[in-house]
Amino acid sequence: MAQRADPVTRNAGMTAAGLTVAVVLAACVGIVSRAEPGGFGPGDGAAIRFTVMQALLSAGFSVVLAVPLARALARRQFFGHGMLVMLLGVPFILPVIVAVIGLLAVFGRNGMLNTVLGTMGLPELSIYGLHGVVLAHVFFNLPLATRLLLQGWQSIPAERFRLVAQLDLSPRAVARTLEWPLLRQVVPGAFALIFVICLTSFAVALTLGGGPRATTIELAIYQTFRYDFDLTRAALLSLVQLVVAGGAALVALWFIPSVGIGGGLDRVPRRWDARGGIQRWGDVALILLGAAFLLLPLGAVVLRGVAGLPMMPASVWQAAEASLGVAMLSIVVLLALALPMAGWIAGRASGGVEAIGLFGLSASPLMIGTGWFILLNPVVDPVALALPVTALVNALMALPFALRILVPRLRDTLREYGRLSASLQMRGWSLWRWVILPRLRPQVGFAAGLTGALSIGDLGVIALFADPDRATLPLQMYRLMGSYQMQAAAGAAVLLLVMALGVFWICDRGGRWHAAD
Amino acid sequence: MLRIEKVEITLGSFRLSADMTLEQGRKYAVIGPSGAGKSTLLGALGGFVPLTAGRLIWQGQDITQAAPGARPMTMLFQDNNLFPHLSVTQNVGLGINPEMRLSAEDRSRVTQALERVGLSAYADKRPGALSGGQQGRVALARVLVQARPLLLLDEPFAALGPALRNEMLDLVQDLVAETGAALIMVTHAPDDVRRIADEVIFVAGGVAEAPQPAAALMDNPPPELRDYLG
Repeated sequence: MAQRADPVTRNAGMTAAGLTVAVVLAACVGIVSRAEPGGFGPGDGAAIRFTVMQALLSAGFSVVLAVPLARALARRQFFGHGMLVMLLGVPFILPVIVAVIGLLAVFGRNGMLNTVLGTMGLPELSIYGLHGVVLAHVFFNLPLATRLLLQGWQSIPAERFRLVAQLDLSPRAVARTLEWPLLRQVVPGAFALIFVICLTSFAVALTLGGGPRATTIELAIYQTFRYDFDLTRAALLSLVQLVVAGGAALVALWFIPSVGIGGGLDRVPRRWDARGGIQRWGDVALILLGAAFLLLPLGAVVLRGVAGLPMMPASVWQAAEASLGVAMLSIVVLLALALPMAGWIAGRASGGVEAIGLFGLSASPLMIGTGWFILLNPVVDPVALALPVTALVNALMALPFALRILVPRLRDTLREYGRLSASLQMRGWSLWRWVILPRLRPQVGFAAGLTGALSIGDLGVIALFADPDRATLPLQMYRLMGSYQMQAAAGAAVLLLVMALGVFWICDRGGRWHAAD
Repeated sequence: MLRIEKVEITLGSFRLSADMTLEQGRKYAVIGPSGAGKSTLLGALGGFVPLTAGRLIWQGQDITQAAPGARPMTMLFQDNNLFPHLSVTQNVGLGINPEMRLSAEDRSRVTQALERVGLSAYADKRPGALSGGQQGRVALARVLVQARPLLLLDEPFAALGPALRNEMLDLVQDLVAETGAALIMVTHAPDDVRRIADEVIFVAGGVAEAPQPAAALMDNPPPELRDYLG
């Protein structure tokens, strides 16, 4: 039964949505005020081409590799299956710079792979440049794509597999009747999502890319800003980034699947097909390779980092404190924006407003940062606002994910308890206090944890604004890497990893602890 | 009394019209085939289904546009009558104040209501820890503290077994006798009608007919009702 949206909730929701749009638009105004045609530098065309190229390759490899891996996970049950599927969720909240340290340990100059190649007398592989950037993106997005596909596989009812067994269909026939239609549905969305995410990639390009042949637009903005302090060119590049990433995000909006990050993916329906030896051993090999690709870098971070913990300078602890502060602030900002917006969206019949949440995705962090720097610069010292601005931008980045977590549950709550609440005259604050917040506690905890983890691990805007006295932990870690203090950096990586996963775990657990139902 | 004046409800291709007067202190059973619009009629009275035409008049006041909670009625739905995350006491307390600001006197009213339905021992439990019948009693305790002149039941006890349902209906009957409220209840069971209703509102073919005395109607049903009863 249709429930009229509560006017209090609607006003708050529209205010929050308005603020979100205003933050992005203000940044655009700042950029446009400084951008002048013809201000491009020599490498800018190459940066645009590289950005699109690496995003295409990253999305392509991630999705193509995810298809067999997801298929193997969907049809094999084994000890540790649930654990592995859960670990596939980790890269989503893993700080980029931590993953880079791990990838360097495996694929870097002195890494495991090159050691093995060296003993076999093969030439050394370099992780820097295009293939390094793509490798890191695949490390992050292969698990994401696998989870999206796994979700699709599990939407196939178990009865279908019974029918397949009954008809004794060959593997090829199963692929044609069940799996091909599924892939056609899920793959474009997964590809689009990963493509958009990789377009605005900054930290990966900063650490593994660079130079004229491996610079993304996002990185070019940073370099122009940081080294040349050429605001005009930075503004122009930001405009390009807005058009490229924003345009792609808008197009992708039609494909992007709902990101289900919750549990339930570890079920394996009973299957009777694909028993043959080749398929069985193929699946086993795929699962082992996938697990190794995911786990070796993570394990390397922990191994090297624990040894490096005593080498960390005091500045690391200071930065860790700043990072915690930024994360807390960004959780507060996120909830203040996302909850009223979710209330407003859930009360409406159609979900068009959800698109506002995607504003955060389409606008890149460095673009917003540049815009706000230009606006703030004449009024206050932007450096003094480095941490609050970082927190705000982190909250905006997490907003689309938070809305996707909160809105469905809120919609269900209003559908199930809207009538009862209305008949008890519960509106506005009393409705939130007694019905919505208690029912949404697990989702609020999850969204807060996700935001906190993303914010703690984020290396983006802070790199634009910070001075030597002000740094978050990822930035401090990057500085250690830049000065070749690799052991101290590895120690900081472990600290950062523990903090990101810890904040996520505390919020998520807190939300589910003693939750009703 | 509640005057239902030339009311029309349109939901897509579904239409229902009603024109009748409901008296205080009477017990009405709403019967009719599935999909005829029994729940829709109650939803319209409760303010959950908009009217396309007509008015609802309570004691001379037009309440057609009043919000659900501002109407002189309490309603129990088929499900979701309790908040599962709140305790029994809190669920009942919300009937007194939607912000749960309860005075000492309010709290003792809640305690009394729980005593009346025999659930004093469960005051701090959550609904999930209670049986279906006990959950129904909590909802009735809230009806008691709300003390509105009309009680609408949209088959809230449909999921209970026959013995338990009869027990709940007896309790409902006692409660409306104590409070003097009018009872308007949807039911599928002719036995319920005989057991508790004074009058019957028969809903079929897009019309909710004016109430007729229950005993006479059930003993000598018109052809449409006879088809339904079988």
